[in-house]
Amino acid sequence: MAKLIGTPQKRKEDPKLITGNGHFTDDIKLPGMLYGAFLRSPHAHARILKIDASKALELPGVAAVYTGNDLVGKVKAVPAMWFLPGADLKPKDRSTLAVDKTRYAGECVALVVAENRYIARDALDLIEVDYEDLQAVVHQEAALLPEAPLVHDDVENNLALLWKAGEIPDEEFQNAEVVVRQRLYNQRVIPNPIETRGAVAQYNPGSGELTIWCTSQNPHIHRMVYADVLDISESKLQIVAPDVGGGFGSKIATYNEEAVIGHAARDLKRPVKWIEERKEHFMATTHARDEVIEVELAGKRDGTFTALRVKNTANLGAYLSTFGAGCPTIDFGLMVTGAYTIPKAEVVTYGVYTNTTPTDAYRGAGKPEAAFQIERIVDLFAQEIGMDPVELRQKNLIPKEAFPYSTAMGVSYDSGNYQDTLDRALDIAGYPALRKEQEKMREQGKLLGIGISTYVELCGFGPSKVAGAIGFQGGVWENSTVRVHPSGKVAVFTGTSPHGQGTATTFAQVVAEKLGISIDDIELISGDTRSVSMGWGTYGSRNTAVGGAAVSIATDRVIEKAKKIAAHELETSVEELEFSEGIFAVKGAPERKRSFREIAKSANFAWNLPDGVEPSLEGQSFFDPPNFVYPFGAHICVVEVDPQTGEIELKRYVAVDDIGRVINPMLAEGQVHGGIVQGIGQALWEGAVYSENGQLLSGTFMDYTMPKARFFPTIESHFIETPSPVNPLGAKGVGETGTTGAPPAVVNAVMDALRPFGIKDLDMPLTPEKVWRAMQNRRENA
Amino acid sequence: MTFTKKIALSVNGVQKQAEVEPRLLLAHFLREDLNLTGTHIGCDTSQCGACTVMLNGEVVKSCTVLAVQADGAHVTTVEGLGDMEQLHPIQQGFWEKHGLQCGFCTPGVMISMVGLLKENPDPSEEEIRDALEGVICRCTGYQFIVSAVQHAAKLIAEANQSKETITSAGEGR
Ligand code: FES
Ligand code: FES
Repeated sequence: MAKLIGTPQKRKEDPKLITGNGHFTDDIKLPGMLYGAFLRSPHAHARILKIDASKALELPGVAAVYTGNDLVGKVKAVPAMWFLPGADLKPKDRSTLAVDKTRYAGECVALVVAENRYIARDALDLIEVDYEDLQAVVHQEAALLPEAPLVHDDVENNLALLWKAGEIPDEEFQNAEVVVRQRLYNQRVIPNPIETRGAVAQYNPGSGELTIWCTSQNPHIHRMVYADVLDISESKLQIVAPDVGGGFGSKIATYNEEAVIGHAARDLKRPVKWIEERKEHFMATTHARDEVIEVELAGKRDGTFTALRVKNTANLGAYLSTFGAGCPTIDFGLMVTGAYTIPKAEVVTYGVYTNTTPTDAYRGAGKPEAAFQIERIVDLFAQEIGMDPVELRQKNLIPKEAFPYSTAMGVSYDSGNYQDTLDRALDIAGYPALRKEQEKMREQGKLLGIGISTYVELCGFGPSKVAGAIGFQGGVWENSTVRVHPSGKVAVFTGTSPHGQGTATTFAQVVAEKLGISIDDIELISGDTRSVSMGWGTYGSRNTAVGGAAVSIATDRVIEKAKKIAAHELETSVEELEFSEGIFAVKGAPERKRSFREIAKSANFAWNLPDGVEPSLEGQSFFDPPNFVYPFGAHICVVEVDPQTGEIELKRYVAVDDIGRVINPMLAEGQVHGGIVQGIGQALWEGAVYSENGQLLSGTFMDYTMPKARFFPTIESHFIETPSPVNPLGAKGVGETGTTGAPPAVVNAVMDALRPFGIKDLDMPLTPEKVWRAMQNRRENA
Repeated sequence: MTFTKKIALSVNGVQKQAEVEPRLLLAHFLREDLNLTGTHIGCDTSQCGACTVMLNGEVVKSCTVLAVQADGAHVTTVEGLGDMEQLHPIQQGFWEKHGLQCGFCTPGVMISMVGLLKENPDPSEEEIRDALEGVICRCTGYQFIVSAVQHAAKLIAEANQSKETITSAGEGR
């Protein structure tokens, strides 16, 4: 069997997807199925005085209308699931469907269930709701002011949480030769997978079993939560994530809609489908980022960093979303020192309620914000002391001999070689030549900018003990069973729930290589809580580093057992047996052998097993990693800014990423491209915009700029491999490298281009108008 | 009182008849009435292109066309491109060059690229990127879509070449 790990392999998941045979949630059609549509609040903040659904109920084809009051005692609201110890967290109870008040535009007020989607939509227009409009607050800093309206009457100053970590570096700041300060805004973005959310529910009144197919990144978490809110045993609730059209974090969270659809199916004893419209997705699926980050970096004139102080004022939206509290705190706070030796650091996070859509994870969750602030402030520091940003980085990057490295924030980076990724990226980009070209162009009045980011991120969630210590309501180990059928074909069960990452292929590569069988003889089974006993899903680049590790260990257990059976059949000892290329052979006597397929049959038939060996051939692993993994890299972006229009042209993008061991370089590169494009999207175009009174102005693809193909140059992506010591594959995770590395690389590049204007910072997204205005200001004031 | 209208059209070469509400979108008609669920819906505003099909050989967004407007037309959906026994070159290209991740946008993207290749059999990277204006892919970052389209163009050119060789060989005899 040829070597598979580390080689590009075409995806096993593609044939169905390219022939139109994929099976997404909206493709499910069940006999007697009804269609659900949600009525959503048009107000960001309002008292609900009266809901009258009688006209809707009279419309032929309408089966039911549910309002908040109808669900009291039947469906609990989905809870928040990240309680930070010591954070003075005030999770606010919410209603499943709004009862007295709505707190963001788009909050669900009622559900219509009808014979088809057109009737359901007609019925929505017939529901009459009397609202008393209340004053809304949208921005987190405004929400903290004493005169701000309260989102929840009993939460003073709208302060949902206050979280502190690290050591106060006052002395370092007093003694610092240089202190650089900057206020940065990591704007609100909307995940926008092209498949919106959706759910199809079916209830069996005889058995009491409820099945919900839904767009989920972690069906077992959804089972755990929906079982609780619907008050049903986990063994009677089956959650299935069929093909899922992207998630990017937005399909991790639990939502009331999915639970309410489950309730409606149970109540009406007919299947019910709800598919979110894009407009609803914009309003109601979790948003992300939206953090005002004030950062101060202290150091010496020679460029040595001594301390970091960070304050994050985070907009959590109207309610705490599932993992919303963790993003601006743990996810962000633990990574603020980035890839540098900074001996002391302190982070304070204010989590604030506002009348906006709740925020939660989006590709990277907290880590992109952390990388952004440190990479920006490092550039500003370089500017302050008149040093090249590359030289300053080289001076402060954690040296490769220092790993495992304990940071000032108390986490231990597993392995790293930051210097090499930077050197390689500089080499590929031709850094000295670029600087020369920049000089030449400046002389001609042209604005070339070179931006660098040397990011590191925390991935591979993660040790369950740590999850417990940081208040995460769940474990983050991963489960895999490798089941060998009598035919010798293999089923791999995983508790991760891939949705586009190509996991069926990468896992098959691992198993096939280990067992010496064909990749075509391996099938991945995932996304169904009935097939897979337990698991924690796919997010935080944990698929391969945690899920893949479990697969690898489970496969080793299969081999161990198979060896015992083969040794018995060959009348030798396990020690005397060699296993390679799918053949068990006696050392020194290669003609005495058994194939993997033969042993698969022997194990399953059990005619002649050694004493103490049970029938069948399965290996199982519940892998709880000893640490997180920390992928890193160096990204270099080259831009040209048009001095007349502010338009930014991306000229080059070089990414050298170290994601530990690479299983499938083609798929890894695909992940890098996707992540970088999303990261550049945040830097240059994307951003949720609310009006003063809480209306989402960027509420469709017409008003929210999604990255399009023609915006980009060819991305030059390269890998260096520093294996992680914390899992048997040495893998680190690649899904989030781009959204983490790109925004600071791009913004640093644009700021570098704008240096002749003395412009030091502009908030993302760097729209042409914003850039033009900034230049124009300088021109007018010059 | 819903009014309905009879329509007849050919979908992927198969003649279909139906009685539909005038307001029914072609996308819904294909997905729900004909069970051709390969055509996807990703937005409400004709931006994402996930629903792209061919209508009389023209690339259109089926969420923007009413089923009644397709009366008498020829429609090609992803299911009509090719199947596992005989993949269309565009499908082959997407598979070989990793032109998809979640695969949700993919049917629409492939159809729209078939449209491009019909008009421009040898597009440059820039031309492909321009032609992707009507679609949004949130996963791939587009780069491998570009490679996939270029690969498909090559496959089509090779197939045409060998056809020509066969024909000219035939003429020679
Ligand atoms: S669904 Fe037709 S363009 Fe988006
Ligand atoms: S492959 Fe997921 S949207 Fe294109």
